[in-house]
Amino acid sequence: MNNAEHSSRPTRSTTGDTSFAVVSHALLALWAFLVIAPMLWTLLTSFKTTSEIFASPFKLPANFNFANYASAWQTAHIGTYFQNSVIVVFSALFFVMLLGAMCAYVLARFEFRGNRIIYYAMLAGLTFPIFLAIVPLFFVLKQINLLNTLPGLILTYVAFALPFTVFFLYSFFRTLPYEISEAAAIDGAGEWRTFFSIMLPMARPGLASVAIFNFLGLWNQYLIPVALNTKEPNYVLSQGLARFASQAGYAVDFGALFAAVVITVAPVLVVYVIFQRQLQGSVSQGTMK
Amino acid sequence: MKASTAVVDAGPPRRRTRRLTFDKASFMLVFLGLPLAIYTMLVVSPFIQAIYYSMTSWNGFNKNMAFVGIRNYKKLFANETFMKAMGNNIELVVILPLVTIILALVLASLVTVAGASHGQTRGIGGAGFYRVVSFFPYTIPAIVIGIMWQQIFDPSNGLVNGVLTALGLDRFDSFAWLGNEVTAMPVSIFVIMWGFVGFYMVLFVAAIKGIPAEIYEAARIDGAGRFRTAVSITIPLIRDNVQTAYIYMGILALDAFVYMQAMNPGGGPANSTLTMSQYLYTTAFSKGQFGLACAMGVVLGALTMIFSGIVFMVNRLTGGRDEVTMA
Repeated sequence: MNNAEHSSRPTRSTTGDTSFAVVSHALLALWAFLVIAPMLWTLLTSFKTTSEIFASPFKLPANFNFANYASAWQTAHIGTYFQNSVIVVFSALFFVMLLGAMCAYVLARFEFRGNRIIYYAMLAGLTFPIFLAIVPLFFVLKQINLLNTLPGLILTYVAFALPFTVFFLYSFFRTLPYEISEAAAIDGAGEWRTFFSIMLPMARPGLASVAIFNFLGLWNQYLIPVALNTKEPNYVLSQGLARFASQAGYAVDFGALFAAVVITVAPVLVVYVIFQRQLQGSVSQGTMK
Repeated sequence: MKASTAVVDAGPPRRRTRRLTFDKASFMLVFLGLPLAIYTMLVVSPFIQAIYYSMTSWNGFNKNMAFVGIRNYKKLFANETFMKAMGNNIELVVILPLVTIILALVLASLVTVAGASHGQTRGIGGAGFYRVVSFFPYTIPAIVIGIMWQQIFDPSNGLVNGVLTALGLDRFDSFAWLGNEVTAMPVSIFVIMWGFVGFYMVLFVAAIKGIPAEIYEAARIDGAGRFRTAVSITIPLIRDNVQTAYIYMGILALDAFVYMQAMNPGGGPANSTLTMSQYLYTTAFSKGQFGLACAMGVVLGALTMIFSGIVFMVNRLTGGRDEVTMA
């Protein structure tokens, strides 16, 4: 290995390079296999009948029909949960992006007393575990009559996604040039106008990154709905799936369970594959605090 | 400041008018007031209430909320199940971030700088593919990851035992990976790790790409091998990212609720995978002992703070601040 590296500017790969490349390819391929195989297996199993599932974990399904999907969507109410999830996640996403951007903008670009305190209070919310707040939160929502309702869930999502949003957009708004907002002020634009017509459009790349992470985080959310949204018709996907999985032990409709898993995963995964370039860009932005 | 704007720009730059116009007053009120009201009501106040409730015997439904001081905490530390759960969380927080981050770092180095040792510094071929695939698990909700792997480790119909018996290892015919006291925890750790390695790999890849190629070339000219380069160049230069990753993974390990709830809702064989979060959840929402549950929350919060403090301190003590920085 060492000899190979000392030899001066070889035009073709050295033996050290080749063997290293083989080992690293093997390692990466193994990892890729570990990632893909379980997902592929889940997809295939989702087309199997229950007796096929019991027969062998490898055999391909006899025919690819969507019976499991139909029964997951209808009988297991995955359709309703999916709809609830979409409503809750997208409403929460809209409000948290709007409120988060507003709050971050004021904190980043205006000097006033208490500015730092608010900023650090937001930062603290990012580190403390939700579990510490969950019990009182239950009673706060009960008091304002929003327990077990979708608006209550949306409001809670907004509140808990706020620190991350503000923290990230804060640094983003700091980097935007001051000259432009000054020019707007000189041209007679008020604070409202400056924010909505100038600063917000300029912050679009930052907003997109935060929105992606917020979406994944909210779509992923499990504890908040499970504790604060306990009426079955209001279930979101994550808790509906969990209930279905714990029931499947008795009702044994494993095929439908796998189908439900695919229904939950597929939309996000497809969107990711389409937009993966932008998303990887977002991750790298996230690292440049 | 350009001279042409000097006419209008009389005052010091970046200062707005001091007069409180309606525009500005309404702006501040809505922009700051609205988010803060929601945040205070649903995040800050519950955190503070939790600390108070943790010192009461509150069970939620009757009005009497006797102040009991630190009795709940005493009860917790004498409770074997809770201490077992805390032990499990500590095991998680020691192992999980370490293995996840090491694996993510190895994979990230491979796809960025571990390519041929001549010519330009680059990763190995097909790096883009590996990066895209690695990120897949991050797009899957945690609960689904848990359910999926629970099925894969299923004793009789699962993929793992299917593969093992096909290889002739008959003793795994119906081996309950998640139902065995010895294997339940390692399997759970593996599953959580599966969900996060790709995300941190992508994060580290982005950080490594920010390191100027000249540094790697200089190291190579000086005769540093790949391992040496990774340890002496890559890690010191991205140590802030590693620290952030470590803290996030640690916070996750102290929680771990969703994964454990999906794979072993009851806490696993002999409570071997029970976490504080699971115990808190049942104590609050099944048993209704809200005061006690809040005390568990406070312990969990305190452990999170202690953990973050330790990570910061270790990073400081190992020279986190006086390393080469890329200005």
